[in-house]
Amino acid sequence: MGILDSKVPSGPLADKWTKHKNDIDLVNPANKRNIDIIMVGTGLAGASAAATLAELGYNVKTFCYQDSPRRAHSIAAQGGINAAKNYQGDGDSPYRLFYDTIKGGDYRSREANVYRLAEESVNIIDQCVAQGVPFAREYGGLLDNRSFGGVLVSRTFYAKGQTGQQLLLGAYAAMNRQINRGKITSYTRHEMLDVVLVDGKARGIIARDLITGEIERHAAHAVVIASGGYGNVFYLSTNAMGSNVTAAWRVHKRGAFFANPCFTQIHPTCIPVSGDHQSKLTLMSESLRNDGRIWVPAKAEDAQAIREGKLKPTKIPEADRDYFLERRYPAFGNLVPRDVASRAAKERCDAGFGVNKTGEAVYLDFAAAIQRYGSEKALTSGIKDPDQETITKLGEEVVEAKYGNLFQMYEKIVDENPYKTPMMIYPAVHYTMGGLWVDYNLQTTIPGCFCTGEANFSDHGANRLGASALMQGLADGYFVLPYTIGDYLSDDIRTGPISTESEAFDKAEAEVRANLEKLLNAKGAHPVDYYHKKLGKIMWNKCGMSRNATELKEAIEEISALRADFYENVRIPGGLNEMNTELEKAGRVADFLELGELFAKDALERNESCGGHFREEYQTPEGEALRDDKNFRYVAAWEYKGAPKDAKLHKEDLVFENVELKTRSYK
Amino acid sequence: MKLLLKIWRQKDGSSKGKLVDYPIDHIEGDMSFLEMLDVLNQELIEKGDEPVVFDHDCREGICGTCSLMINGEPHGPDRLITTCQLHMRRFNDGDTIVIEPFRATAFPVLKDLMVDRSAFDRIQQAGGYISVNTSGNTVDANAIPIDKHHADESFEAASCIGCGACVAACKNASAMLFTAAKVSQFALLPQGKVEAIDRVQNMVRQMDLEGFGNCTNTGACEVECPKGISLENIARMNREYLMATVKG
Ligand SMILES: Cc1cc2nc3c(=O)[nH]c(=O)nc-3n(C[C@H](O)[C@H](O)[C@H](O)COP(=O)(O)OP(=O)(O)OC[C@H]3O[C@@H](n4cnc5c(N)ncnc54)[C@H](O)[C@@H]3O)c2cc1C
Ligand code: SF4
Ligand code: FES
Repeated sequence: MGILDSKVPSGPLADKWTKHKNDIDLVNPANKRNIDIIMVGTGLAGASAAATLAELGYNVKTFCYQDSPRRAHSIAAQGGINAAKNYQGDGDSPYRLFYDTIKGGDYRSREANVYRLAEESVNIIDQCVAQGVPFAREYGGLLDNRSFGGVLVSRTFYAKGQTGQQLLLGAYAAMNRQINRGKITSYTRHEMLDVVLVDGKARGIIARDLITGEIERHAAHAVVIASGGYGNVFYLSTNAMGSNVTAAWRVHKRGAFFANPCFTQIHPTCIPVSGDHQSKLTLMSESLRNDGRIWVPAKAEDAQAIREGKLKPTKIPEADRDYFLERRYPAFGNLVPRDVASRAAKERCDAGFGVNKTGEAVYLDFAAAIQRYGSEKALTSGIKDPDQETITKLGEEVVEAKYGNLFQMYEKIVDENPYKTPMMIYPAVHYTMGGLWVDYNLQTTIPGCFCTGEANFSDHGANRLGASALMQGLADGYFVLPYTIGDYLSDDIRTGPISTESEAFDKAEAEVRANLEKLLNAKGAHPVDYYHKKLGKIMWNKCGMSRNATELKEAIEEISALRADFYENVRIPGGLNEMNTELEKAGRVADFLELGELFAKDALERNESCGGHFREEYQTPEGEALRDDKNFRYVAAWEYKGAPKDAKLHKEDLVFENVELKTRSYK
Repeated sequence: MKLLLKIWRQKDGSSKGKLVDYPIDHIEGDMSFLEMLDVLNQELIEKGDEPVVFDHDCREGICGTCSLMINGEPHGPDRLITTCQLHMRRFNDGDTIVIEPFRATAFPVLKDLMVDRSAFDRIQQAGGYISVNTSGNTVDANAIPIDKHHADESFEAASCIGCGACVAACKNASAMLFTAAKVSQFALLPQGKVEAIDRVQNMVRQMDLEGFGNCTNTGACEVECPKGISLENIARMNREYLMATVKG
């Protein structure tokens, strides 16, 4: 399998990265001035890499579809970022972070990449503090930490509920410094629509100016894709409205393999769907599971009465409540990893115990925490024999101090007071572990085309642990790519500027134009959203939290039929050479309609359950995931061959030299 | 709910715009304001008309992309939220709602309700950063303790989402609250002190160049700011600026 060489350096795990950095070729500073790099995406992964590459001396062009780099979807991350700093002295180390991440990912990620991530994690925090990122601090002036699910140490750094915004503002500020120096040119409200290959190497992109509609050519010596995840293939997700797969997908169509498309993270604590008008789902941070207890009524008739509005949850006695996570997983309880918690909630709702109108919600209850904190607080404040009311009041104050902003967000959306009645939550699509296949240097199978952040597949296996995506984006961007790209570019010091006047650019531009015109010419009956919603329903019902061969096969057929219908019957008002937000959406949905099919095919091919991929046929008698390490210990990397159904599978075998493969148990 | 929407329609930056009436029905209280506009747009497209263009992305109050003057108020009638967090239960059956873009010379309209806020980016490019390379060879993050009070104040300033409501709320279209938040975030940290003089001068100069108006202390910005950015930041920036002028 020569084509899928992961290029993992030899030697002991802990030495690989240092050794690799010493071995790879460098580009001298004078030559860097003659080299151009295109960065598609300005989230944590893109902005951090753009800034660093520009500091090193390369000429960088950045692209984002938003009106400012600062608005990339990384801005929305709430909870925090992991780093093996061991500031709490609780025994943390890069090895432990590495181990937790490999295990959390259900042994479907590459050891060497994950170790490097854990190693670089410590530098991220130093770097961000130096840039002025206002992390939460203790009274002594040192940095504060919190814990996240699936781990036993406190290694998460945070900035209230806004960690993503603060980290992104840091990376954006670093970018601004380089823009001011003339080393970065920032193209906002621009969408990349194709990558251009010259002699088999990525040498530029075709982009559309979203204000004027103009189609532009941009050339460079290398192209980096940092375009984020594709959770919006489900229509409803916690991603931003514009999050898309287009950049990654167009690169895939030009030859980059797409890895593990079916590995999706469904987050257990999101606000449930309220109706057909719903446009996106809102995450309630994982940190809530530290204090909230998850339950449904134990009796089906109670659940029904609640759904019909005849019974209030607070009226159900303790004995008639089913705290199903505590029941099934006594060791980890409400803090089991995301995939496990989500599936358990779905199981209860499918069995008829759901608690909202549609039967797709469970309770997240803070009453016990309020009482516990209230009593503690009364004690430490020296209040003797406090009455119930005082305890509740004190408890609510403690809970407000910890989660006030989340409670307020919940109340705004749902119009119910979560201090008085339990929150309703349901799992929602949140993150995609799959993405463009990259080697250890973060290069795709197209020479000169690299991929970082959520858009690549590399570090989280079949399930990502909380607070690890921000870590990966910044590690890739600040500390990994700037080195590894040099190895590739060292061959380009004499190439000279790349021209956009070539046959390759002519052809790519003509194809982009033809695609857009085809969409505009359909002149059918249905808006783009009509198709996106339909696709989302198929994905959610047949490729969602649990999957089986029959439904996956149906999904493949249905998506392919929907795609044909879309090209015939979509209606897009307006034209090509002007701002046209419907045309933008149509291009993205067209790509989702292809990706969705490959997604189902990938899920069908993987005859095992692992992490977020649960195949009903492969489970233990207790309903837990059943991995098959003998036959599926590999990365599935798909090569584009025309229609998604013809995609060709390449396997990268995963070799585990440093950890023993075990069954994940949280019981 | 039945509503009458009066929406600003403008083809592009060089055309003239006007308010157009759109009656709309079957709006539910659980819908967000932007979802209500989604419903309208689906109807318009099905009829063969062009949808109303408005800016939005995260739809959870953090990216700062959404805007809109709703009945004359940036981000609508509620306090401390963005337009995307506003829900229709805030309105009553039969209401008329006037929806216009954020208005300021420095925020030209691009189309319908979408404006160009790139002036904010340029203010930050002029100095909104700490000049440290991203080499990873900086000092340990805990080497310089920062007193919690200042760290928290810096965070409060840094929580500005760059939405521009402060400018839209101000009768002078001044960008003082935004710029002050950005200056303060760094001014409050030891790491940011080194370049404080140049930073405040450069950012204020750029702010003036962009054509934002003067601050006359009306305080409208603070009232409408969805993140509760405080006027104290303006006072702090004025002090910084004064000091810079004296020293510089
Ligand atoms: C609500 C929410 C909360 C989260 N909380 C956490 C958390 O607490 N901790 C954690 O570790 N992770 C969290 N995550 C996950 C994490 O935020 C993301 O995985 C991560 O930020 C992705 O960063 P990125 O740089 O790869 O992509 P993004 O930040 O998504 O950036 C993508 C960039 O690509 C650009 N782009 C996309 N397509 C194109 C195109 N065709 N042309 C031009 N530009 C394009 C966009 O404009 C944007 O600039 C959360 C995610 C969500 C949705
Ligand atoms: S100061 Fe407030 S209103 Fe002004 S841009 Fe920042 S968040 Fe928006
Ligand atoms: S759309 Fe992001 S703040 Fe409103």
